[in-house]
Amino acid sequence: MTSVAEQTRVGAAGPEPAGAARRASNWARRAPLMPALIFMIVVTQLPFLATLVISFMDWNAYYPDERGFAGFDNFVRVFTDVNMRDAVWTTILLTAGVVLLSLLLGLGIALLLDRKFAGRGAVRTMMIAPFLVVPVAAALLWKHALYNPEYGLFNGVLTWIWGIFGADPPQPDWISIMPLWSIIFALVWQWTPFMMLILLAGLQSRPIDVIEAARIDGANNWQIFRSMTLPHLRQYLELAALLGSIYIVQTFDHVFTITSGGLGTANLPYLVYTIFYNAHDYGRASAAAVVVVIGTIIIATFALRTVSSLFREETGR
Amino acid sequence: MSAITDTGPVPATRDERGEPVKKRRERGGIWLTLLAWVVGILFVLPVVWMVLTSFHSEADAATNPPAVFAPLTIEGYREFFTGGASPWPPLLNSLTASIVSTVLVLLLAIPAAYALSIKPVKKWTDVLFFFLSTKMLPVVAGLLPIYLFAQYAGLLDNIWLLIIFYTSMNLPIAVWMMRSFLAEVPVEMLEAASMDGAGLIKTLRSVIAPVVMPGIAATALICFIFSWNELLFARVLTATVAQTAPVFLTSFVTSQGLFLAQLCAAAFVVSLPVLVAGFAAQDKLVQGLSLGSVK
Repeated sequence: MTSVAEQTRVGAAGPEPAGAARRASNWARRAPLMPALIFMIVVTQLPFLATLVISFMDWNAYYPDERGFAGFDNFVRVFTDVNMRDAVWTTILLTAGVVLLSLLLGLGIALLLDRKFAGRGAVRTMMIAPFLVVPVAAALLWKHALYNPEYGLFNGVLTWIWGIFGADPPQPDWISIMPLWSIIFALVWQWTPFMMLILLAGLQSRPIDVIEAARIDGANNWQIFRSMTLPHLRQYLELAALLGSIYIVQTFDHVFTITSGGLGTANLPYLVYTIFYNAHDYGRASAAAVVVVIGTIIIATFALRTVSSLFREETGR
Repeated sequence: MSAITDTGPVPATRDERGEPVKKRRERGGIWLTLLAWVVGILFVLPVVWMVLTSFHSEADAATNPPAVFAPLTIEGYREFFTGGASPWPPLLNSLTASIVSTVLVLLLAIPAAYALSIKPVKKWTDVLFFFLSTKMLPVVAGLLPIYLFAQYAGLLDNIWLLIIFYTSMNLPIAVWMMRSFLAEVPVEMLEAASMDGAGLIKTLRSVIAPVVMPGIAATALICFIFSWNELLFARVLTATVAQTAPVFLTSFVTSQGLFLAQLCAAAFVVSLPVLVAGFAAQDKLVQGLSLGSVK
């Protein structure tokens, strides 16, 4: 449908008029686009260029007189910094952990919600709720109302369960025992709905007649899932994972709130924030930011490729 | 995962004979329905717990095991709104920043999306992917120059700086979403309108607007949510005057002692606009979050 529409639309430009008239019509077409395009270039590309320039400078707000060209010094410092190496590792663990867990959970839940059952709409609405809690609020909620060793819900439930058997309940201090995992779980809770929604949309776009035909031919649920549903879902899984990675790599709120970057949980965005906000070392913060950008570009290249293949399928190009 | 293991044990004998298969599927169905409900309840539980705790007294909120059936009170809310620093200025700042930036986003995105779908410019896919690529640049990379610029221009602690930043943050999402909505306008209707001699304004009003209105609403709600949620830039670029609600939440916690009910009340109040906007946009949420690539 869309593919035909798109093609006729592009074709609708018709025979191109010559010379000045054509140029005028080209500009008339471009005009509505220009404000948005110029705005984006100014607001997003210029700052990044500035970051790139500052990353090669000696610039610490505490020593304003020593500003100057530093060459690759900042980058050398960034790459030899233990904190930085830890932060890279933490970022990878955090992102991969959250994306994989929420993707698996999201897939399971999307499969559950793909069938018709009583209260399906209600369950779907309940599932979306975690995504609609403001991230800082969610992080505070997990830290104080759930993880708190004295009166958090988790230890409260442990007290309950052990109380039934009249035993002494274990009361772990979740955040100190597993700082990174406490952040990961809180994030998985927020991101599973996102994954679930994309995968559910993917499941519901399956060609039903083909699956019915396979079922009549005697394929069982597992065979249908493995050889039909999963291949169809592949691009949705990729899309969910990559979009999720782009958002989750940038996680700041949860690290800032739950552990303040302590106990080995400082990821790259948090580290850049502290170098800039607490140490006021602008050169080093910029170099770290440039490293983050390069890392992101690697993920983003894959993400763009996936989106553009989905996009081409949709518009028939 | 559980769905797979639940349907897995059903043996391959389910073929040919219709009836036992159906019965079995239904019996399994009850368990799957139950499982779906349990999972749904587990996921919503922290939100329910937040709301419940916010209506408990501080003493009841900090008990172990939890006092689920403790008497309800609005003490936490009263304390939040009147106890210390008033939350109204930050809430109003958040509202201003989110609404004004959303309006700006729509004003910029709708014409741009028009030029990328209905009357496309040359190389419109490249332009579209340029917008997307800006979304992939980590925001932290732009933080320092924007801070330095704000300091230089005297715009620190000014809500307009956040408005501009939030506009740039949401513009790519809005362009992608609006393009996918505009692409749904049937080309026959556009042709019919132009044959009837309808001008641009008339076409926009009577052909395009009715089709894309729900899309505009969904785009607006999603941009609103993202602006409202933002913490990092708001924290760095604002202080006392232009402080937003998420920043207020973080500062409010460290200065309180026994505060769980009040904290939950605060978290709920700050999340409420997002919950409302999100449930209102529920049907279009996927399309927005996947930048219009999934319907």
